[in-house]
Amino acid sequence: MANEKKPGVFTGPLWTNNPVVVQVLGICSALAVTTQMKPALVMGISLTCVLAFANVIISLLRNTIPNRIRIIVQLVVVAALVIIVNQILKAYVYDVSKALSVYVGLIITNCILMGRLEAFALGNKPFPALLDGLGNGIGYALILLITATLRELFGSGTLFGYDVLARFVNESGYDGYQNCGFFVMPAAALIIIGCIIWYQRAKNPDLQDK
Amino acid sequence: MEYLNLFIKSIFIDNMIFALFLGMCSYLAVSKTVSTSVGLGFAVTFVLLITLPINYLLDKYVLQPDALIEGVDLSYLSFIIFIANIAAIVQIVEMVVEKFFPALYGSLGIFLPLIAVNCAILGGSLFMQQKEFENVGYAIVYALGDGIGWLFAIACLAAIREKLSYSNIPAPLKGLGITFIVTGLMAIAFMSFSGIQLG
Repeated sequence: MANEKKPGVFTGPLWTNNPVVVQVLGICSALAVTTQMKPALVMGISLTCVLAFANVIISLLRNTIPNRIRIIVQLVVVAALVIIVNQILKAYVYDVSKALSVYVGLIITNCILMGRLEAFALGNKPFPALLDGLGNGIGYALILLITATLRELFGSGTLFGYDVLARFVNESGYDGYQNCGFFVMPAAALIIIGCIIWYQRAKNPDLQDK
Repeated sequence: MEYLNLFIKSIFIDNMIFALFLGMCSYLAVSKTVSTSVGLGFAVTFVLLITLPINYLLDKYVLQPDALIEGVDLSYLSFIIFIANIAAIVQIVEMVVEKFFPALYGSLGIFLPLIAVNCAILGGSLFMQQKEFENVGYAIVYALGDGIGWLFAIACLAAIREKLSYSNIPAPLKGLGITFIVTGLMAIAFMSFSGIQLG
């Protein structure tokens, strides 16, 4: 037991303690924004930024917040950060922000944020909190990107908007790639993530339910 | 007639779980038994019914352009106003229920603090803002429909999971994996409702 390698604060959340598939946090947006890769990438980056900054701020404030109002303080800090991120997105990538619509605002109540703030930032120093924030954010973005890749590739034949499958299939002499409409439906996201969980738990039996 | 249309639409077609994916985290975590799921579903409906119309009024009379003061557009403050409103109301509701309805507190009290940060509540308000209803009656009907749709979804999933615990599911799929796949299949089933319109 003494030789068991404990996952690092940063590397843990990337796969073995992934916020989406292991800790079961942040599922809502992981399902909703993954129809195409560009919104998924922007969402992943936004959440990582908000999570990192929020973790650092709450960690710096951790000794001064009275216990009774700590949820409200966390919500206010996160809401302020999300408003800033939302305005930046609307200014620089307006089309993506329209695609993300409500889900940028929902970063406020994203369980990853609340979960990590409560579990980590309130009890640790700023630098580990920053690493934890970055790790969880990147782990989340990873799952988003995997799901979005599958959904966009098979559902629309494109990747980041560039024709991939359609061109490939056309040039080899077929009639044309017919988009598999199922992958664009919300149900597909649920099933894809179910399969990711299946794969991860098959490879890593520690994570299985007893 | 419009009210009924909106009501049916928000329960079946724009279902909060299967179409919009709101409130998934607590949905997955709490759906192991039907009794707790129904309790949580009622709590979500209750909170939605109170917070959504108030957020609608705040949005219409304070946040929209030219609403409060001529020429001032406060809609960028929507997030913080909505979430502060939700947190405050949930806190007050919890205190009122604990004091005056102890039996009710016994069944849904533990869920109330959890619900303030449930994305279903904030999500409901944000989608309501996008839809731009004409009056507060629509907001109330929408809140009721959203809540009942969520309750319906979580009760169905809990019923299925209770039965699934007797099945031979491969170990890597047990628990979370099969829940996602079952929810996906239910989402496909709910797609059969799209296109329904009354009147």
